[in-house]
Amino acid sequence: MSDTHKPKLAVWKFASCDGCQLSLLDCEDELLAVAGAVDIAYFPEATRRMDGGPYDLSLVEGSITTPHDAERIQAIRKVSKTLVTIGACATSGGIQALRNFRDVKAFTSLVYAHPAYIDTLAQSTPIAEHVKVDFELRGCPINKAQLVEVISAFLNQRKPLVPHHSVCVECKLKEQVCVMVAHQTPCLGPVTQAGCGALCPGFARGCYGCFGPKESPNTSSIAQQWREMGASEQQILQAFRGINGYSEAFRVESERIEKRLHPSDDPKTP
Amino acid sequence: MPYRLDASSLQTLFENLKARGYDLLGPQRKDQAIVYDTLESVEDLPQGWTDEQEAGHYKLKRRDDDAYFGYVVGPRSWKRVFLPPRKRLWTATQKDGQLSLEEEPLPSQPIALIGVRSCEIHAIAIQDRVLLEGPHPDPYYAAMRAQSFIVAVNCTQSAATCFCTSMDTGPGATFGFDLAMTEIMEPEHIFVLEAGSPKGRELLADMDLENATDLQQAHAKAGIEQARQQIKRELPQDGLKDLLYQSFEHTHWDDIASRCLSCANCTMVCPTCFCTEMEDVTDLTGDHAERWQRWDSCFHESFTHVHGGSVRQSTRSRYRQWLTHKLASWLDQFGTTGCVGCGRCITWCPAGIDLTAEVKAFRDSERK
Repeated sequence: MSDTHKPKLAVWKFASCDGCQLSLLDCEDELLAVAGAVDIAYFPEATRRMDGGPYDLSLVEGSITTPHDAERIQAIRKVSKTLVTIGACATSGGIQALRNFRDVKAFTSLVYAHPAYIDTLAQSTPIAEHVKVDFELRGCPINKAQLVEVISAFLNQRKPLVPHHSVCVECKLKEQVCVMVAHQTPCLGPVTQAGCGALCPGFARGCYGCFGPKESPNTSSIAQQWREMGASEQQILQAFRGINGYSEAFRVESERIEKRLHPSDDPKTP
Repeated sequence: MPYRLDASSLQTLFENLKARGYDLLGPQRKDQAIVYDTLESVEDLPQGWTDEQEAGHYKLKRRDDDAYFGYVVGPRSWKRVFLPPRKRLWTATQKDGQLSLEEEPLPSQPIALIGVRSCEIHAIAIQDRVLLEGPHPDPYYAAMRAQSFIVAVNCTQSAATCFCTSMDTGPGATFGFDLAMTEIMEPEHIFVLEAGSPKGRELLADMDLENATDLQQAHAKAGIEQARQQIKRELPQDGLKDLLYQSFEHTHWDDIASRCLSCANCTMVCPTCFCTEMEDVTDLTGDHAERWQRWDSCFHESFTHVHGGSVRQSTRSRYRQWLTHKLASWLDQFGTTGCVGCGRCITWCPAGIDLTAEVKAFRDSERK
């Protein structure tokens, strides 16, 4: 097949660490197959070649944090037939969305010598808050096998096989012993979406929630279990306010805990 | 007539099974739990260890003796052998416009299950009913069952989460085994052995064992009785089906749903839960496709996904489905309850939800 008949792929970066795009380069065995199946038309992280749109498939990494990026994503949507967001930044706002809970101006005046040069939005927001997204692939970073699966599903015009159930199911399928029950280690697995292969529990660590909330997450119940295991309110707050802290279920739970911790505080003070 | 096997000769039983071509599966310590996995020798057994269990809690502890089977049940059940967590069913390949399908070959390696508890034998019997005796038997399950040799171990102690006495499933094994052993520490550390099948009798005949004395048999019986006496949890069966059917709109389901994580751990560890999902995958070229079967759970939104969305959107409706199916509609569907009283769903629930307590709450509210 000549390149002109292959679907055109573009990879876009917004506020992010680049780790998720690197997952594509990290595909190793599958990378040649990917390169054979699609025409990599725009991927500045990998190649200097920058072909214009329209694109059949756009992979979008990162969150929207500047007025410029808020415009740029609109343009990208217009030239993309299918738009898939990849990673926690693009799907939930990322770690930089911690600013959303405070006053970003107070941060810039503390951090930068000349804050006037900083043109940033008050909030870091996921791509889906700005444009229609066809599929969200979670994770910090994304799982490369899931990325290949999403591309395969796109190429074969089928639904991607990306379950929304808990990390617990992955632990059980891999026959890993539950760290919460057997080790008394606080774990976010029961409220976190699978996809990582239950990596941390496999090394006797609790889940950090890198793949964001699973479907129907009972965050209040897991918070209560953490309390009963001796975790402080501060620890529970920080657990929810991680990489996916601005995803709805984790945000609501962390705000509930924060209100309990500081009932009279103004949340806009850093 | 029961036989005696010295604890120091347990390896000879293993050797006899291996000589007959069996791979051994049995208990061992791993990641601070006792799990079933491939056994090489008695050295792998969790000798001198026991498990302490409560709702949402599991802890290994040293015993003050050298019992090999002095624990109760762990997070894995034998269903992993007959109904593996994931298995490929077939692969399809497209080449030069020709489509070929290749079915996954059936397993051919005989296996001996070492240390199967009475409740687990009942669980296997329930899965037989579901996966073998229906209109569409599972060929993998059938092949593994036909090649399995079951060495039961009668319980001589119970965990705080056990309630086999309510379900009439233990603590001593009464059927469904090739060999049954009771480990006793007094008057000496031995196993009192009994055959339950021609295969078991043949093996015992080859081992040329002495008969167990009356005293040894009495100790074995007393051990099983001790396990029975230790059981504190209960799940009374009288009127249970009607109680659950009548509680369909009960507000207590909301109370459970406030704690339930819908994480599916209970269904994964349950030795009778049999639901599976089909996963179809293709490679990038689309020339290669595979169908996989993996454990699924009624706690997943996708479990009841039909055109237009999921039938059971709320955790309330999912927990209600699970409990009502397990303890009530299972009877209508399969002529048996779906629960064997092993207590795994209680222990391995990260939120410590105890089905015996939840059923009691329904009963108590009915009495009011």
